[in-house]
Amino acid sequence: MGGLGLREVWRFAFRGITANRMRSSLTVLGVLIGVSSVIVLTAVGNGSALAVKEGIEKLGTNSILVMSAGGGGRFSRTANSNAKGLTLADAKALNDSLLAPDVKMAAPILNASGSCTYGNLTSTPQNITGTWPSYFEASNSPIDKGYYWSNDDVIAGRPVAIIGTTVATDLFGTDSPLNQVIRCHGQSVTVVGVMKSKGSTGGFQDADSIVIAPITFVQRSMSGYGSLSQIQVEAISATSTTAAMDEVTTIMNTQHKIKAGANADYRVLNQATILASSTTSSHTLTVLLAAIAAISLLVGGIGITNIMLVSVTERTREIGIRKAIGAPKSAILTQFLIEAMLLSLMGGISGVLFGVGISHFTVLGVKPVVSLTSVLSAFIVSALVGLIFGGWPANRAASLRPIEALRYE
Amino acid sequence: MTPVKPPVVKVEAVTKVYGEGETAVHALRGISLEIEQGEFVAIMGASGSGKTTLMNILGCLDIPTDGDYWIRNLNVAELDEEQLSVVRSQLIGFVFQSFNLIPRTSAAQNVELPLAYQGVSLSNRRKRAQIALDSVGLGDRARHEPQELSGGQQQRVAIARALVTNPAMVLADEPTGALDTQSTKEISELLHKINENGSTVIVITHEEEVARAARRVIRLRDGRVVEDTKWVA
Repeated sequence: MGGLGLREVWRFAFRGITANRMRSSLTVLGVLIGVSSVIVLTAVGNGSALAVKEGIEKLGTNSILVMSAGGGGRFSRTANSNAKGLTLADAKALNDSLLAPDVKMAAPILNASGSCTYGNLTSTPQNITGTWPSYFEASNSPIDKGYYWSNDDVIAGRPVAIIGTTVATDLFGTDSPLNQVIRCHGQSVTVVGVMKSKGSTGGFQDADSIVIAPITFVQRSMSGYGSLSQIQVEAISATSTTAAMDEVTTIMNTQHKIKAGANADYRVLNQATILASSTTSSHTLTVLLAAIAAISLLVGGIGITNIMLVSVTERTREIGIRKAIGAPKSAILTQFLIEAMLLSLMGGISGVLFGVGISHFTVLGVKPVVSLTSVLSAFIVSALVGLIFGGWPANRAASLRPIEALRYE
Repeated sequence: MTPVKPPVVKVEAVTKVYGEGETAVHALRGISLEIEQGEFVAIMGASGSGKTTLMNILGCLDIPTDGDYWIRNLNVAELDEEQLSVVRSQLIGFVFQSFNLIPRTSAAQNVELPLAYQGVSLSNRRKRAQIALDSVGLGDRARHEPQELSGGQQQRVAIARALVTNPAMVLADEPTGALDTQSTKEISELLHKINENGSTVIVITHEEEVARAARRVIRLRDGRVVEDTKWVA
């Protein structure tokens, strides 16, 4: 007797699909959207996680940040009543090779806000930062053109600045900003250098939108002599970061007269801490995006069930004929299963191509990073979707009694 | 003249009841008959006489409520669904009133289909389908799809499909019911020719012209056999 050749069943199934091209392609489109959105959305999630991670790494692996714990770090200028803000004395105390042998250097950061103009062009940097020259090394900020201002400039409070690439482009376009005088916060400032681009960290933080000037100048003409925004500390090596953090804590406790066990009015953060929290949040983002995408894949699967049910109902009579001329149950089952699988695989393959294609473009300001896992799993799931969601209609077709199927009009 | 082979069809006290209790419909009230290899039998009767029910049982599409049915030496009641599909595939060739060709599928592929379900190789299948189409006079229409053929031509394709497996019997249910006079004549002649070539043919009809081609007429009324006449042509 022999079974029906597999090639035959494939041919029947293929004919079933091509018989109604419009309907088949709409079903395929449903799966395509599902699969490609899984790929694109997880790639966007991965991409933004990577961008954030790179942004943090640009701070430098040895970087430690001391912030006021007033109630929100740099965003809060108002500390609680008996809390003491960060002072220049704190920054000086941290530069102590005896008490803090693992600290290479510490630089105060005083952020002011305001816009800068040159001629009729304006740029609003995210920060006008007042600091010491050691900041450039502590914060891993090399310059591209010009030179660093010096300790002399700090002592004299000279109006000189190094600007980020975003500010340079805003004010000068492609011209050289070196030795030009811009006005920031109403003050004339001479540009002596341009920083190397650090790149965007994901659209919200632009590390290149910055003006860096001697702290004395910023205090005198912009921010006043209040407490510091942050203190940037650099450990002597990546491995001594933890030891450096302990030393920073000890010195800060002495400086701020914090008793052991009491709540500190400052916080010490390093890249690992920031990286850990950002990894958690970007992982959450990726999972969320993947869940949304999975739902659209599920909807695509339901589309297959729907279209296969329609197909089975529409071809009830055909199934009856096939059974009457000797088709075994298994042949009918396989035919409809393959038909469903073909639909979902076509959707899967085109979805992978489409998704990977889309991921070559920047989506929502993020360069997507396609992960092989998401491509493979989306593809395998799409094949399974055909089996699972096509299984029920296929079984219904195969279980039809020939006499009833033949009577069906 | 005793046959060497067992009868193709042997039916004993077969009944068929649809529904239950007060609404029960007794379609067949006890039918017994034997059909030998090579016979040409016409089953006649008014609508509601049970002839289509009998046909469905003979074709293993439906199961009797009571009674026994053998095809050759096979007791149909003892077969499971998979075995029934083998019986339908190898022993029975169906011809329906409404042709029942698979739409959007060429005549040749329709004829090949029963062979495909038997697992016959593609080249062998092509050859046999072409022979079957030639034998019904449609050798030149092999590539046409059903909707491109006339009713009479479609029914001839259906007959070719029924013949292609060399079944023990060809079951035709009102094969001319949807055809004009000319086509009816052609189909009756074709059934006659098939029988002359050795096939057992059982045809359900209410048209005397078709019945005249047969060599035995069984008349049903209210689910019982009321007449069973054989003659030598």
